Amino acid sequence: MPVVEKRQLLSAEEIGRTLSRLAHEIVENSGGAKDLALIGVRRRGVPLSERLASQIRGFANVEVPVGTLDITLYRDDLSTVGSHPVVQSTQIDFPVDNRDLVIVDDVLYTGRTIRAAMNGLFDLGRPRRIQLCVLIDRGHRELPVEASFIGKQIQTSDSEIVEVRLREIDGEERVMLVDRVS
Amino acid sequence: MLLIRNGRVLDPAMKTDATLDILIEGDRISRVGPELDARDREIFDARGLIVAPGFIDLHGHLREPGGEMSETIETGTKSAARGGFTAVCCMPNTQPVNDNASVTRSIVERAAAAGIVRVWPIGAASLGSKGEALAEISAMKAAGIVAVSDDGKPVATARLMRQVMDYCTPLGLPVIDHCEDPSLFAGGVMREGPNSLKLGLQGIPAASESICVGRDIEMALLTGARLHIAHMSTSGSLAYVRAAKRNKLRVTCEVTPHHFTLTDEDVRYDTHYKMNPPLASRADRDALIAGLADGSIDAIATDHAPHHPASKDVEFDRAPFGVLGFETALALGLTELVDSGKLSLTRLVELFTTGPARVLGLERKIAAGEPADLTIFSTEHTWTYRTADSPSKSRNSPFDGRSFRGAPMATVVAGRIVYRR
Amino acid sequence: MLQRLSHLLGTENLTREQIAFILDQAKPFQEFQRHPLKKLATLRGKTVAIAFFESSTRTRISFTTAASRLGADTMALQAESSSLKKGESLIDTVRTLEAMRPDGIVIRHASSGAPEFVAQRLEIPVLNAGDGTHEHPTQALLDALTIRDRKGKLEGWNVTILGDILHSRVARSNIHVLSKFGVKITLCGPAMWVPRELEKLAPGIRVVHCIEEGLRGADVVMVLRVQTERIHEPALAPEEYISQFQLTPARLKLAQPEALVLHPGPIVRGLEIDSAVADGPQSGVLEQVTNGLAIRMALLYHLIGGAPADAPHPAKDRTNASD
Repeated sequence: MPVVEKRQLLSAEEIGRTLSRLAHEIVENSGGAKDLALIGVRRRGVPLSERLASQIRGFANVEVPVGTLDITLYRDDLSTVGSHPVVQSTQIDFPVDNRDLVIVDDVLYTGRTIRAAMNGLFDLGRPRRIQLCVLIDRGHRELPVEASFIGKQIQTSDSEIVEVRLREIDGEERVMLVDRVS
Repeated sequence: MLLIRNGRVLDPAMKTDATLDILIEGDRISRVGPELDARDREIFDARGLIVAPGFIDLHGHLREPGGEMSETIETGTKSAARGGFTAVCCMPNTQPVNDNASVTRSIVERAAAAGIVRVWPIGAASLGSKGEALAEISAMKAAGIVAVSDDGKPVATARLMRQVMDYCTPLGLPVIDHCEDPSLFAGGVMREGPNSLKLGLQGIPAASESICVGRDIEMALLTGARLHIAHMSTSGSLAYVRAAKRNKLRVTCEVTPHHFTLTDEDVRYDTHYKMNPPLASRADRDALIAGLADGSIDAIATDHAPHHPASKDVEFDRAPFGVLGFETALALGLTELVDSGKLSLTRLVELFTTGPARVLGLERKIAAGEPADLTIFSTEHTWTYRTADSPSKSRNSPFDGRSFRGAPMATVVAGRIVYRR
Repeated sequence: MLQRLSHLLGTENLTREQIAFILDQAKPFQEFQRHPLKKLATLRGKTVAIAFFESSTRTRISFTTAASRLGADTMALQAESSSLKKGESLIDTVRTLEAMRPDGIVIRHASSGAPEFVAQRLEIPVLNAGDGTHEHPTQALLDALTIRDRKGKLEGWNVTILGDILHSRVARSNIHVLSKFGVKITLCGPAMWVPRELEKLAPGIRVVHCIEEGLRGADVVMVLRVQTERIHEPALAPEEYISQFQLTPARLKLAQPEALVLHPGPIVRGLEIDSAVADGPQSGVLEQVTNGLAIRMALLYHLIGGAPADAPHPAKDRTNASD
């Protein structure tokens, strides 16, 4: 799809600082990381959750388990897409029951991805609490979903796309606001 | 009076190949010569066309009596005329089986009333074709059969074949056999080979046919009878026939157009490729073509086997065997055999005329006094065969939609043009 | 991205890439079988017709469970209860099914080519659950997945298929899959059930009629059952088969030390395989069953549901959904 770059929302440095802040907020909110676990939503939620866990290991000296969740099977729009998208693996190697979970994703938009993620988590057990951590909240919610830990909140229009580029996946590190070319 | 003008008259029996006119009076040819008088005559301009003696199909199924849902004498002969055939020998596996004079007579009468081309019935060899007792052969001969056969099945045992042969020889009737060994055939639906293995379809080994051919030839040796092998499809069978001919036995054979065109590799699960004998291996197909060229094979016969569409629209296993043949026979002969350089045009015409005639003990030629049966065809005319346009009641052909160069253009039977493209 | 499959009629025409894709897509569904709650809403609202014209309990249950775990409803059509027994033709059954408008059909039939027959006449995805002696694609795919998981990869092994190959659709489908991965295939069994012509089915096949030769060096041994319901001719006496071809612990020692033993089921213990082998550490039979569910879920997921290929995409930007 052809896009044109409009402006940079976060630089590499800013991403780093933001994640550091978020990691601290999460630990503080969890009362010492007891029963805490991070769930990275594929794709880009995964490296973000791993970085958060690494940060937390660094300053709090706590090993927070990290799982990855693929929400493809839980999407609510499968009957409207042409071919079904490729499914990736969900890998959550720890029990979910009674856990204090934080879902980690790159962008919060309509909220449908997070609803699907919660469905997926409830298939695995009964967490005590689920919270959401996102790098960017761009508004336009279609479901009553809110994030407790937000990197940056921005106003966007429907035609715009927030592109989070992470070195683990994209080979570069920044967040761009781009526009669809009609 | 009908004058066929300016055609290239190709008659293997008279060894004619020249531009000649043919004058027809009543149901006979009255004159053949260059530039005949055209006044006061109905004229058919055959310029650019080949005029051959009327083609004979030694093997067709007209289904009447009993199988009228799939074909009748009327619709079958209309289809035969479109294929350029002036005479069809119809097999006895009707309901009831043509094993007695009254069924033979009913076929002859129906053909006289509604048949478009000549219909020469073949009578059953055994009662009901059950392979037990002899059929009423001499009564049927009086009623008009030209040969006997239990087609659809082989004559059941060597012993019975010997009896049939002994009985038919003084009557001057050839015995035609559908050669197959029931124990090897056993539930098979296509030729055994790599393709049947891949498709998971029960295969019939080629030996099933040749074993029976060998058996029949031994009986012909024993009895001196005239034996004709129906729809021969394997090189093994051809080898037996060649040896028999070398030994001066009165053994003849025919091959169908689908057997010299298609192979077992063409079978997928389309029931329009299911017939008996089944499509053969490439090696066998090529051996048959060589036999057509070198004279070991006497005739091309269609084994036109109509089955109404619903009966063929089932799983391959359950479908009846058989495909249509009248309307594509000549075109396939021209495309697969003559255009490809494997046979001469004269040889092809022989396979449709003098060859079959000899099997029946007749002559087929264009000369004064002969019956006015002619097949007029083009080697150039391009057309596409569509079963939907056929007068046949059935649609089971593997060649539906196929384009050809070469077609029958007019068919003359007993002096009347019964088909014109 | 691979061209979308519209049916799964066999493995003969699948490319190596397509097969690898299906095996890869089975992985998330293998993982899914470990969830406490095995129910998705992915195919909710879809109906899958399970049309079994040949009796089978295991495969039918496997497909029904797969559809059901994906959230789809199933419509069961069985030969014993359907009008097919009363002589209704396959084409009429097809028309009836069409009128009920399922979103997909899983079909098992005694005639080779029947799924293709159905697929040519309906606009709905058809999944072959076994046709005559032709193909049983999901079995071959789950066998390949089991080999890949147990042995670390699929390529280059020596696989021996043991038993009545001539009448086995499982063998044919496996031959088509394995030959695409450079597997050396040995077909072993009595000569009347393992004709030498089978060597022409695909590259890399050899036929042997002696079990010792067949097992030597094998990394995987696939044991087939003796197909009593498909044979037209007199069968081999069981004692003859057992003495010459039964897979016993002693014979298994001729294969590679870590050789994997597979069987499509149902196992007739004491006939084609000794119980000790079937239940032993080298047997992958139980994994085959779980993998069967995963493969079938992956196939149903990809074949069924979704909009028609030319439907416009929904308006909202999907690139901000997890990609």
